[in-house]
Amino acid sequence: MATTDTIGGSPTAARPPVVWNSEEMAKRRKARYGADRRLQIYGMVAIAFALGFLAVLIGTLTFTGYRAFTQSMVTIDIDFSAAELNRDDLMDANWRTIFRQAVLDDVGELSRSEERDYFSMFTSSAPFLIRDQIIADPSILDGRATFMVPMSDPIDQLAKGLVNTDLPENQRRVNDKQVELFNQLKEKGAVTQPFNWALFLNADSRFPELAGLSGAISGSFWLLLVCFLISFPVGIAAAIYLEEFAPKNRFTDLIEININNLAAVPSVVFGLLGLAVFLGWFGLPRSAPLVGGMVLALMTLPTIIIVTRAALTSVPSSIREAALGIGASKHEAIFHHILPLSMPSIMTGTIIGLAQALGETAPLLLIGMNAFITSPPAGVLEASTALPTQIYIWADSPERGFVARTSAAILVLLGFLVLMNGIAIFLRQRFERRW
Amino acid sequence: MAGYLFGFMALAAFVAAFLGAARGRSKRFAATEKTHSRPIYHGLNAAIWTGVPAFVFLLLWLLFQNSVIDMLVIGSYPGADSLSGSEKNLLISEIRQVAAGSVFREPTPEITAAVAHLKSLQALSSWAMLAVVAALVAVGAFLGIRAIQTRYPARHSVERSVTWFMMFSSLVAILTTAGIVLSLVYEALQFFARVPATEFLFGLRWEPQIAIRADQVAGQGAFGMIPVLFGTFAVSALAMAVAIPTGILSAIYLTEYANERFRAVVKPLLEILAGIPTIVYGFFAVLTVAPLVRSLGLSIGIDSAPNSALAAGGVMGIMLIPFISSLSDDAFAAVPRAIREGSFALGATKGETIRKVLLPAALPGIVGGVLLALSRAVGETMIVVMAAGLIAKMTLNPFESVTTVTVQIVTLLIGDSEFDNPKTLAAFALGLVLFIITLGLNLIALRTVRKYREKY
Repeated sequence: MATTDTIGGSPTAARPPVVWNSEEMAKRRKARYGADRRLQIYGMVAIAFALGFLAVLIGTLTFTGYRAFTQSMVTIDIDFSAAELNRDDLMDANWRTIFRQAVLDDVGELSRSEERDYFSMFTSSAPFLIRDQIIADPSILDGRATFMVPMSDPIDQLAKGLVNTDLPENQRRVNDKQVELFNQLKEKGAVTQPFNWALFLNADSRFPELAGLSGAISGSFWLLLVCFLISFPVGIAAAIYLEEFAPKNRFTDLIEININNLAAVPSVVFGLLGLAVFLGWFGLPRSAPLVGGMVLALMTLPTIIIVTRAALTSVPSSIREAALGIGASKHEAIFHHILPLSMPSIMTGTIIGLAQALGETAPLLLIGMNAFITSPPAGVLEASTALPTQIYIWADSPERGFVARTSAAILVLLGFLVLMNGIAIFLRQRFERRW
Repeated sequence: MAGYLFGFMALAAFVAAFLGAARGRSKRFAATEKTHSRPIYHGLNAAIWTGVPAFVFLLLWLLFQNSVIDMLVIGSYPGADSLSGSEKNLLISEIRQVAAGSVFREPTPEITAAVAHLKSLQALSSWAMLAVVAALVAVGAFLGIRAIQTRYPARHSVERSVTWFMMFSSLVAILTTAGIVLSLVYEALQFFARVPATEFLFGLRWEPQIAIRADQVAGQGAFGMIPVLFGTFAVSALAMAVAIPTGILSAIYLTEYANERFRAVVKPLLEILAGIPTIVYGFFAVLTVAPLVRSLGLSIGIDSAPNSALAAGGVMGIMLIPFISSLSDDAFAAVPRAIREGSFALGATKGETIRKVLLPAALPGIVGGVLLALSRAVGETMIVVMAAGLIAKMTLNPFESVTTVTVQIVTLLIGDSEFDNPKTLAAFALGLVLFIITLGLNLIALRTVRKYREKY
């Protein structure tokens, strides 16, 4: 390491004069500039490392997740004129037999075990999907009709080229006969890969080919709604009080320390609070978005208070003085002038706070929002999941198809976050005033 | 039902506001003498009278009705006085389940009677709630509208109510902290009544898999938190080993070397790392990083666990980079220009200035940032829940799996949670420890940062 403190020195020291253009000094300069450049390179390496990781993260998730946005479907053709079914009781008709008969028409003779393998290539609830379509529109029953039925998870993997058919048969989840049958169907043009609307329209399911995010998305919606309804008014009111009204004393100091501290309390501790107080002492229902939203509101509150205080102080005092000067009360000056002027910044901060709350997982796990729930919640008191907890559930599921679905769910979550932050940035750039 | 009541109250308040404002605006007022408040304040005042008492009442009622009903039902259950707290909880949940219609076995006559009692109480409660809310709304609207007189200071009254609401709101932060401390301490004390505090604080074995029923085969159960704490700090140390150098070096580059355009692009990109939800990092750690780390460990001949501490800690470190980077950035920016220029004037290169002048001057700020990041690492949950192990081990080998405080809290509480066995309560004791550690780290960090700010 080059050192500079020996150069020069005090004039009284008996030392030979420094020859600045000597070889030795040139070497020294070179070493010093080298050290400078090295530091610069380390910095660039550090940034490249962090950004490279970000790229790998997004890349991997996109690469594993994009496949879940399509789903292999098989088109089957059913002739209802031949089928025997009781049209007065469509709910309990033998849809299983009708479905099996229809798909068997597509292939040649099969042995008993081959038949079983063949049926397992379609989602096990295929008969119910057909039933529901027909109950919605009974006119289908006049003559022939085609239906799109999802293929089961292993076959979906096969269709997407994720099954290595060169492996010995007992090392993969699709056997040779199924591959052959699949190729048969494919040659007939019955296999398609349309956009996977089920991912957004269905709720959770044990079968990857049927599992969707609608329950999680509506759960997250209710959570954020409750969180917003509590934290927004309370946060703004607290900020106005602390900034404009509170006397400077020990107690308000205590409140401020508290708020700063709450912002740094681990989220899992808020989960414990929710579990012990909201569920344990108040007896509110488990897994309900109401409880989750309340916990998230307590976590978001410090963010909103801090943002609001900053926004209030940034409004020039001339505006307040002008309002007071023409006879407005203190409340009127604040609520008619200062607060509206600082609203864009407050909204920006609130949206960013809500985006953080949307990704929060740990507290929701503790209050039971990781339950297996197959229908979207209709209100804030019904058991539900949320986007992050749904990701947690799917990440823990052993089926192969859930890996892609987890990544897809993460992409959906990230999409919502990008959207919210985009709105926040838009608000900031469009409406925020610089005084 | 409660939802409709809230809707009804909002509507009533709105109507009252309208009526009040109309009355305030009426000629009878304006013609005679000067009114004290503008019509809108009369309206708002009427709305507050109408809505707020009923709203507060309804909230309190909803919060407490379940506990009160449970208490009444249990109180009238024959022989309930001899039951312990947990047996009472079991009993009440059974009664509630039968009342909800899910019957697994034929209920005993006592249960059937209790269910009838519960149902009658619930019906009574909802009628009483309806009646009281309706009465409060009616009386409030009547008083609020009658109060409108020419000289009535409606604005003062409204402003006083608003001030009260603001004061209450600023208390929410205190109430939250109090709630956290009280609930953690209360449940932790329950835990220490079952497991001695000395065993928890100094025990070297953590095996919470105890038998819940007498006939189950399970371990004895040991609740020594030292190995869990050890694992927490091992993972945090790995995270800091990644985050500190990367964060500080990138802050140095961004503040000192990079030009304005590079900075404007790269800084927001780095901030994205902090905005990604931790569950995403957790999934990525399991999906990609953990297998990589494992094969790396195996290739250099170290026995590696599939959920190694290194994978969890490394990914956590990446998450913390922007945190340390932006706090160091602030610390560098706060160093006065004169100091920097003095160093340049003496002929120091940029690198020398950074290492020997800026870094020491900014050190307190950087240390504060590092402590805040450490507190985050200790409290971080989802990455370790997904990527770290469950078995508490004291090992310094980063390729082995360790467990952390947050992992244990989540695994102990996920699924069923009856508040009566040491397994569940242990989670609250761990939560208390976690709260104290992060609180301490935050206070020290804030103090360091503040002290440093006073200097310049």
